[in-house]
Amino acid sequence: MISKQDVQHIAKLARLGLKETEIKKFQKDLSSILDYFNSLKKVDVSNVEPTFHPVEHYFKQRLDVMRQDRAESQPEQVVDKLIAAAPDKKERHIKVKAVFK
Amino acid sequence: MNNLTITQAHKGFLEKKFSALELTKLFLNKIKKQDRKISAFITVTDDLALSQAKEVDKLISEGKKIPILAGVPVAVKDNILVEGIKATCSSKILGKYAAPYNATCIKKLKELGAVILGKTNLDEFAMGSSTEHSAFSPTKNPHDLTRVPGGSSGGSAAAVAADLCCYALGSDTGGSIRQPASFCGVVGLKPTYGAVSRYGLIAFASSLDQIGPITKTAEDAQIVFNAISGKDPKDSTSVESKISNFKFQISNLKIGIPKEYFIKGMDPEVEKIVKQAIEKIEKMGAKIEEISLPHTEYALPIYYIIMPSEASANLARYDGIKYGLSKSNKDLLSVYLKSRADGFGDEVKRRIMLGTYALSAGYYDAYYLKAQKVRTLIRHDFDKAFNKVDAIFTPTSPFTAFKLGEKIKDPLSMYLSDIFTASVNLVGLPAVSVPIGFKGKPASQQGGLPVGLQIIGKPFEENKILEISKIYAP
Repeated sequence: MISKQDVQHIAKLARLGLKETEIKKFQKDLSSILDYFNSLKKVDVSNVEPTFHPVEHYFKQRLDVMRQDRAESQPEQVVDKLIAAAPDKKERHIKVKAVFK
Repeated sequence: MNNLTITQAHKGFLEKKFSALELTKLFLNKIKKQDRKISAFITVTDDLALSQAKEVDKLISEGKKIPILAGVPVAVKDNILVEGIKATCSSKILGKYAAPYNATCIKKLKELGAVILGKTNLDEFAMGSSTEHSAFSPTKNPHDLTRVPGGSSGGSAAAVAADLCCYALGSDTGGSIRQPASFCGVVGLKPTYGAVSRYGLIAFASSLDQIGPITKTAEDAQIVFNAISGKDPKDSTSVESKISNFKFQISNLKIGIPKEYFIKGMDPEVEKIVKQAIEKIEKMGAKIEEISLPHTEYALPIYYIIMPSEASANLARYDGIKYGLSKSNKDLLSVYLKSRADGFGDEVKRRIMLGTYALSAGYYDAYYLKAQKVRTLIRHDFDKAFNKVDAIFTPTSPFTAFKLGEKIKDPLSMYLSDIFTASVNLVGLPAVSVPIGFKGKPASQQGGLPVGLQIIGKPFEENKILEISKIYAP
């Protein structure tokens, strides 16, 4: 069973606020799911390369070709909608709580 | 005008049997009357649908030639963006979010004159196999209202099965199109990774997600797939499929049956119906060959490492600042903690936790990297199999639709629903679920539960596996 401290540490990394009851539940849930992964221990993967993405293999080349690092302007109305979606804003700026104290 | 396929609706318009507006009004009325029982829809877009239908009728009255999808009503899973319409992902965190732009597949459908009836229910962020993880309400299976429609595209599959639309779009990360298609007795295609642009699909697990059609027939699935597929500059992982010649003779086909997909604990009646479907194509002249995909048992464990890892990274964007639910609080960290605590449901939190754990220092090699290496072994299994056979047949699911509430309390038993479907996403292959029969009572009587056959193809051979599917669901 993974410890309460482990769950709290992971929750903090994930930026998830958890209630006390949730911490207990996740100790149990995560432990049983991690046990399920134990079957992988018997697979020998020495000399096996990882497959991070399915497509590279089919085309024998990387497909996530980067575009030029250049700002592409968006139509004004899309920009307006994106700003409108922000919960806290001032004119055309999105407000964020202070990062430094 | 009952249970119309895309081709029948198109024919009806051309022969002036009914107008696009009449058909659209019919579906909107049906949704109003019948969807209370099923809960397939989260949002119904009456105004959008009626205006799109009128435009198509105008083209018809002017004698213009219309594309086959013009005027045909479609339902869209609520994790795919339709400009100006709410896109909730069935999550409280996006409860009030309206899409600022169209997904590429929606842009393509709109250009072809599609009529969008509304947005359909799903498990929150497409995480689940029953649609019970929706933050709003679970969808019911139209074949038996006490059962789940499958998931996560349960709303789309139920809407097609209940004839609340002509066809629907879903998304599939580990079986989310095929398993609900199987439970609801309709056709569901997960295209090859990269065949359909993911631009405007709310990201879940980016190396696994694909958008695909849920339809009444295999022919309709071809029509929709061919309309939405193709390279898109806005999705750098999308590609142009070069395969155009998919004609074949059934007598030249070699079908592989992987022995690892007929397991202990699977419903014997499902197994029987799948074997009858295999005999059917064998009698038509195809060669049936037993094959082995020896690493099959590891597919589900590694799927449940890779998928939550990618999800935990993707869902970091819900921070209470850019869009979505925001719980204002004293400092920045507490905005994150509180917005995400209140906005995400149980299953989403569980997967974010699991993925964060698998990626965290000290566990990365043991879980994430190990899983990606086992993924290579699974890929090799399929490569070897496809050297010998043209397509692989398996059951889509080891069982038929289960009861609402049956698996919701036990995450691991719910995860086992993906046992036959997750492999295909890990290696990027195309696969379709086709309805092949009913467990219990026959289709003509109430109370039977649909059974699906999964047909897996080589990369970019969607049209071939759909051509084969026509044997079962023309």
